[in-house]
Amino acid sequence: MDKKLEPIVQTLREKFGGALHEFRSEAHVMINPEQIISALTLLRDQYQFELLSALTAVDYWPQATPRFHVIYQLSSLAQNITLQLRVPLNGSSPKVPTATGVYKVAMWRERELIDMFGIEPEGHPDPRGLLLPEDQKGHPLRKDFPLGYEEPQFTFNFEEIDVRKPYAKE
Amino acid sequence: MPELQEVEVGPYKHLVSERALTGETMLLNMGPQHPSTHGVLRLLLELDGETIVSCIPDIGYLHTGVEKNMEAKTYLKAEVMTDRLDYMNTTGNNLAYCLAVEKLVDLDVPERAQSIRVILTELQRIASHLVWVGTFGLDLAAMSMFLYCFREREAILDILELCSGQRMMTTYIRPGGLWRDVPVEFEKAVRDFIKMFPKRIDEYEALLTKNPLFLDRLLGIGKLEASTALQYGVTGPMLRASGVNWDLRKARPYMGYDQYDFNVPVRTEGDTYARYIVRIEELRESLKIVEQALNKMPMGPVRSNNRKFVTPPRSEIGVSMEALIHHFKLWTEGFPAPKDSIYSAVESPRGELGVYLEGDGGPKPYRVHLRTPSFDNLSVIHEIVKGHLVADLVAILASVDIVLGDIDR
Repeated sequence: MDKKLEPIVQTLREKFGGALHEFRSEAHVMINPEQIISALTLLRDQYQFELLSALTAVDYWPQATPRFHVIYQLSSLAQNITLQLRVPLNGSSPKVPTATGVYKVAMWRERELIDMFGIEPEGHPDPRGLLLPEDQKGHPLRKDFPLGYEEPQFTFNFEEIDVRKPYAKE
Repeated sequence: MPELQEVEVGPYKHLVSERALTGETMLLNMGPQHPSTHGVLRLLLELDGETIVSCIPDIGYLHTGVEKNMEAKTYLKAEVMTDRLDYMNTTGNNLAYCLAVEKLVDLDVPERAQSIRVILTELQRIASHLVWVGTFGLDLAAMSMFLYCFREREAILDILELCSGQRMMTTYIRPGGLWRDVPVEFEKAVRDFIKMFPKRIDEYEALLTKNPLFLDRLLGIGKLEASTALQYGVTGPMLRASGVNWDLRKARPYMGYDQYDFNVPVRTEGDTYARYIVRIEELRESLKIVEQALNKMPMGPVRSNNRKFVTPPRSEIGVSMEALIHHFKLWTEGFPAPKDSIYSAVESPRGELGVYLEGDGGPKPYRVHLRTPSFDNLSVIHEIVKGHLVADLVAILASVDIVLGDIDR
């Protein structure tokens, strides 16, 4: 871990009790969902983390507590360091407070989470889906969502499969 | 003539002004099929006459589920998906992904492979910027630019074909090194390009940089403040045109970028013209890096000797039992990665291309997230087009340098 990160991680542990995990000189800090906004605000205002590089999630299904981790990858341009915050979420219809008030980049990234993981950002000013069609059912990046495939049609069963194939018909 | 279809204001009520609800301003659909959207992008514009009041981008038309698909493939086989994301920067995407895999499993890359990787990604950066300058000119009615730029890009694609057999989807950079060594003709081809290209950049600049029609369309258009840019996660040439000196090649050098002498062009104006200047300057800087890397390219292996992750050369299989076992294991099962996660980022022609990679102890990635630069660069568009004319929107959108495959993933 970078020397410049040590006091920051120390502050996060004191204020939010965040557990630290290190791997390949990267620092990952766990933060509770209730405290993530104050943690992000603190990092932005006091430690010059100007850039929220990535905001994404991981699904640990069938594990239920926590089922999801929301990941905030922060960069500080002034100090040239990066830090990752991870927010554990339980259950299959989780909610996380929106980060749009701290970083506007969360506007689209959280809309992506709605689509892909069904994680609802509470207080998001524009909570529509982003990448998927409006009539899409399910959340593709969840682990219980099948990868999906297209049934191969041969001459002997072409019409049989064609009837139940989901595409627009005139 | 087909009937005009009314756009339902309902879902966009909170995004448009009051005047749109009373019908005082007009909602106009631009795209998804529109020549200046560089792909399949839909913009819903609220217009007061010709002036843009608000802009609502609608993306996802090219969504192909790359991240989900990669979870079902081994680390090596998942790499071919990365070429298809940002099809203007294929070797750069390969590099970003390979660096992430190498960081996850802790694998070293020989020096010769590092130099070749740098040469190829910088050539690809030039090719990407060439396509950008060409289409930028095309959008602003300078059609000859498009033809000139594609002529030079062809020379770069020929070099890629020379190495990998493919013009675009090369997958030449592999975890642990390269697919194979470059052919003997490689050095001459790159040297010829280095000799020919500076004069061509001067030609582009003679056509555009001080062209009064060009300046009229660009100066002061689409201003982006540095603080807004950082809030929206904008990176790359767009951020540097707004006065923030941030280039991952300098800030967190990877692949030995700290050994090369190059400048990071920065402008403070933050308008469309500044973005143009930054990219033109980057053409020259990239060429400098290519030349230095070619001069220092050492002899030696191009693939790591760690047999747990990299297949042995063909010649060993006939004489070594272990080589045969490794060959068989790696091609059928793949290599395992630890149950942990990493994030690694490189500077693509468009900005920070980050890869979040999580392993689960098995041969397939548990989760891959690609932080693609175009996605965040486009998300700022509604802020910078406000108050401009529709014709300026075309210039602004072109100056962002979006690749829709990169955005929708």
